Amino acid sequence: MLIIPCPHCGPRPENEFRYSGEAHVVRPADPETLDDAALAELLYMRSNPKGRHAERWRHIHGCGWFFNCIRDTVTDRIERTYPAGTAP
Amino acid sequence: MRFRTADGGRIDRTRTLNFSFDGRALTGHPGDTLASALLANGIHLMGRSFKYHRPRGLLAAGIEEPNALVHVDRGGGRDAPNLRATQVELYEGLNATSQNRYPSLALDVGEAARLFSRFLPAGFYYKTFMWPASFWKRLYEPVIRAAAGLGRAPVLPDPDRYLHRYAHCEVLVIGAGAAGLAAARDAAVTGARVILCDEQNEMGGGLLSEPAATIDGQPAAAWVAAVLADLDSRANVTLLPRATAFGWYPDNMIGVAERVTDHLATPDARVPRERMWQIRAREVVIATGAHERPLVFPDNDRPGIMLAGAARLFLNRHGVRPGARAVIATACDSAYAAALDLHAAGVAIALIADLRANPVGPAIDAARAAGITVRTGTSITGSTGHLRVTGALIGTEWVACDCILMSGGWTPSLHMHAQSRGKLRFDAATANFLPVAMAGQRSTGACAGMFDLATILPGHAVSGIITPDGGHAGLVPGAKPKRAFVDFQNDVTAKDLLLATQEGFRSIEHVKRYTTTGMATDQGKTSNINALAIVAGELGNTIPEVGLTTYRPPYSPVTFGTIAGASRGALFDPERRAPMHDQAVALGARFEDVGPWKRAWYFPGPGEDLHAAVARECRAVRGSVGIFDASTLGKIEVVGADAAEFLNRLYTNAWTKLGVGRCRYGLMLSEAGFVMDDGVVGRIAEDRFHVTTTTGGAPRVLNHMEDYLQTEFPDLRVWLTSATEQWAVIAVQGPGARDLIAPFVEGIDLAPAAFPHMSVREGTICGVPTRLFRVSFTGELGFEINVPADFGPAVWEALMGTGVPTPYGTEAMHVLRAEKGYIIVGQETDGTVTPDDLGLSGMIAKSKKDFVGKRALRRPDLVVPNRKQLVGLLTEDPAVVLEEGAQIVADPAQPIPMRMIGHVTSSYASPTLGRSIAMALVEGGRGRMGKLLYVPMPGHTIAVRVVEPVFHDKAGARLDG
Repeated sequence: MLIIPCPHCGPRPENEFRYSGEAHVVRPADPETLDDAALAELLYMRSNPKGRHAERWRHIHGCGWFFNCIRDTVTDRIERTYPAGTAP
Repeated sequence: MRFRTADGGRIDRTRTLNFSFDGRALTGHPGDTLASALLANGIHLMGRSFKYHRPRGLLAAGIEEPNALVHVDRGGGRDAPNLRATQVELYEGLNATSQNRYPSLALDVGEAARLFSRFLPAGFYYKTFMWPASFWKRLYEPVIRAAAGLGRAPVLPDPDRYLHRYAHCEVLVIGAGAAGLAAARDAAVTGARVILCDEQNEMGGGLLSEPAATIDGQPAAAWVAAVLADLDSRANVTLLPRATAFGWYPDNMIGVAERVTDHLATPDARVPRERMWQIRAREVVIATGAHERPLVFPDNDRPGIMLAGAARLFLNRHGVRPGARAVIATACDSAYAAALDLHAAGVAIALIADLRANPVGPAIDAARAAGITVRTGTSITGSTGHLRVTGALIGTEWVACDCILMSGGWTPSLHMHAQSRGKLRFDAATANFLPVAMAGQRSTGACAGMFDLATILPGHAVSGIITPDGGHAGLVPGAKPKRAFVDFQNDVTAKDLLLATQEGFRSIEHVKRYTTTGMATDQGKTSNINALAIVAGELGNTIPEVGLTTYRPPYSPVTFGTIAGASRGALFDPERRAPMHDQAVALGARFEDVGPWKRAWYFPGPGEDLHAAVARECRAVRGSVGIFDASTLGKIEVVGADAAEFLNRLYTNAWTKLGVGRCRYGLMLSEAGFVMDDGVVGRIAEDRFHVTTTTGGAPRVLNHMEDYLQTEFPDLRVWLTSATEQWAVIAVQGPGARDLIAPFVEGIDLAPAAFPHMSVREGTICGVPTRLFRVSFTGELGFEINVPADFGPAVWEALMGTGVPTPYGTEAMHVLRAEKGYIIVGQETDGTVTPDDLGLSGMIAKSKKDFVGKRALRRPDLVVPNRKQLVGLLTEDPAVVLEEGAQIVADPAQPIPMRMIGHVTSSYASPTLGRSIAMALVEGGRGRMGKLLYVPMPGHTIAVRVVEPVFHDKAGARLDG
C-alpha cells in the first residue's frame, strides 16, 4: 500500500485516497469555443505515459482536498505532490 | 517410535501425545511436528504427487516442503487442506489424513497415471487433449481435474475467527535465525520500535539444529535463549513466532500471517485462529535464510529421499533418525555435517557420494576421520524402491539403503527482497543470485549469501559449525532427465524442461508457464535454481543471462480466513439501514438491496404475494394516502454567497431566479453531456440549497461537485456538506396527504395557494423541526417530510397511529413513477443518454453561457436524429409484462442476427391502468409513435405499440389533490 503525502495532511496510506485521473487537463473558461476535435481531446484523450505521470488524487477519507501528484507508473514511486491549481 | 533417539533434540520425552494419520493411532512428543512424529514411527510415505500420483515422502523439514501436504480435521468445519506436515505442530488428538490418493496412500489407483506419463508431458493440456474440441469440457477436463490435485476444500462454513492488526515500527526483522536475532538486538538497544517475526514455532532458525555450535563459549541454543530473553524484556520489541511474512507491498508495508491457535489441542475461544498483521516499517531487515536444493537425478523423489539438511534438522531438533542406513549424495559440505551427526546417532552411513572432483576442508576430513566412506567425483544417477527407497545407483553400483540424503547446496531465499522490487546480482563465485540493498531495506545472513556464522555474527567467537561450501544446480552429471524431478510439487522433470526448450521456448517466464515449474504453492523454493540451470544449459546461456522469474506474494499459502479477517457475514459489506428500518420490519416488510441500503420493497398483508401487495399499495396512494421511507435519497447542503451560481454551472437548469421556498427538478450532466444524476433542489435561503440526489448517486455527485468547486471554480464561495444521514425523509403521497399531516404541522400554511407544488417550508411536525417539501414522485398530491434522522421513527409512528396511511415500498414507488413516466437515473439511463434522448430538452436553460456538459451536447454523435429516445410501450396483449432489458426489433421476420433498435428499461403491471406498461429506449423513438415494434423472446415474439412515456394523468391534474 502506497504512502501518499497529502499536501495538507502529510503522509497517509493509500486507502485514504481516491484516484482521480490525469492532472492538468484544462477545462477552458469558455468551452463553447472548442471545436469538436478539441472537445474530444479534452473529454477522452489522456497521455497514459510509461514513467512520470502527473495525476490527481483526492484525500477523500481525510481533508477532502483534490491535489496533484507526480508518480512514476513503472516504479510506483511518488516524486511529489502539490495543491490543485498550482504548476507541476 | 522406533526411530526416536534416546536423548537430544528439543522435544519433551516425558510427555506423550496421541495422534492419528489416515486413521492409524500413533504417538509423538511435545516439540514434534506431524512430519517428525511420523518419521519417528518409521513412516516416510506421506502423500501422492500432483500429476503422476507417485508415492512421496518428506523432501524438506520446513516451509519449503513440496510433498507432504496433509489435511487436518478438528471437526465442526475446522478442517484445513494442504498443510505442510513439516509445519503442523503436534498436539494431543491431532487428526491428519493424506491427500490426492484413492483408496489409500499405499494402494492408489491414480498411480496408473504414471503408465500414461508419456501422454502427460510439459504443456500436455495444450496438445494431447486438444481434439475433438467437444471432448475437453465433457471428458478430458473433468477426468484430469479429478486425478490431479491437492486437498479437498472444506465444505462447512469456517467457524473460526480471524483478525487483522496494523502495526508500525522503525525496524521489522523477518526471520529469527542468527542474523535476524543479531539485527533485532542491534536495533532494540537504540530504543527503536522493533518487530521480529519468524515463521517457526521456536525462534533461533538454523542454530536450533546445531548442537555442537558455540557462540562466545556458550552453546548456540543458550545464546539464542539469552538474546530472546533480552528482546522479550524490552517494551519496544514485539516478538511474533509462528508468523510468516508472506507479502511485500509498496512503501514497506509487509503482510504477516500469524498462526495463533493451530498448535493447541484446546484453543481458547477468545483468541483468533490466525491474525494478519499489516506492518509498516521504516526499515525492513530480511533475514529469511536459505533453502537447500535437491539433486536432480532419475527417481529422486522416492519416499526416504530427502534433503540432508532436513534429515539433520529432524535429528537434532526432534530426536528422529530418518532411517537405519543412509546414502549421502552431495555437492556441498553441509551434507557432511548431516552424515557426521547421523553417524554419531547410530545411523549407518553407507557412503558419501560427492559430485565434486576434489572437495577439501574440515568437513571432509572429519567424515573420513569418523570412518565414513567418501567417494569424490561421484554422481548419484538413480534409485530403487516403491513406497520407500531401497537403493541408490552410485556410479555403476547399486548401494542398498533406506534413505538417501542429498544436498545440491543452498539457495538464498530472495522472495521478500525480490517482492520489494529489489535488484539482484549474480555472484559467480557461489553461483547464487544475491540481493542488492536499497532504501528502506537490507538483507543479512544466508539470504544475503552470508553462510559463515563468523561473518553473520561479527565480534562473536563461534565454533563447532560447518559452513556450507559448494553446490550444484541442474541435472547431476551423467544422469538421464527422465523422472528426474525438479519441481516436486507440480511434478515437473528435467525432461519436461528440455522438451520446452526443444519446442522453442526461450524466456524463462515462458518455460515456467509452459511446464508449470515453480508455479506450485511452494513458490519454487526448492526448484527454481535447478530449473534455471537446466534451461540455461540447454540454451547455451549463463544463468544470469536467462534470469529469474518474477517473485510474487504470497511467499507461502495464506488462508482465506486470514485475508478476510473480520470482513465476513454481516461485516463483509455492511448494510445501511434507513431511519425507519425497524418500523418497516415491525410492519412485516420484505426488503431489497439498493446499493448498500436495505430498503422496504413491499409490505405483504396476510396471504398476499408481491403482486397483490404492490397492487394494493398503489391503489392506496392513488385513492387515499400512502407513506414511504424515502430517507435513502442523497442529500447535499449547498451553502454560500455563490451557491446559486455554483448550481447554475453544475446543473442544466437555471437557479438564479428560483425563489426562496421554491423547488426545481435538477438535471446533472457529466462533462461528456450524458445524464449523470437528477433530483429535486429546494432553495432554503438566498445562500442555501437543499439538494437531493438519487439513492445510489449521492457519493458520486458530492465528489463531482467537490471536484468542480475545488479545481475548476475555486473562486466561488460555496461549501458542500453531505446531509444524507442527517435527515429522515417520510414521503406522504395521495389525495389524502394534506389531511393526514395537517394536524401534526405547525408554522406552515398548508393551503394549496400558500404552499404550491414544488415548494419547501420550514416549521415543525409533531413538535420537531422539519423541512417540509411539497413534491411528488407518484403524480399525486405529495409531501416529503424531512426531520432530523433520530426523530424519523417518532414522526412515522405518529402518522401511522392515525390508522390512515398505507405503507408502501420501493416496488410500488417504481410502478407509480412509471405510470407517470418519471425516469430513474440508472434505469432509464446508462451513462450514454442525453437529456434530449429522455425528452427533457426543456430542462436545459437556454440562457446560460456554460454548464458542465453543455458544449458536449453539440457533439455530432449527440445530435444525430436516430439516437435512442425514451418512449412508452404498450403490449398488444395487455396481460403480458415485458422483461426489463429485453431487446426490441422493427421486423420480427428478419434473419438472425436481427438488428436490435432498442431495449426495455422499465416494465410493470400497472394496477391503476389494469394492464402492463413499459418504457424503452428506441432508435428514433419519438418518430415511431403509434407504430408496432417487436420484442423477440425465446420461443415467441411480443408485439408492442410505441406510445408517449406517460400513462396516467397526462395533464398532471392530480398533483394538487
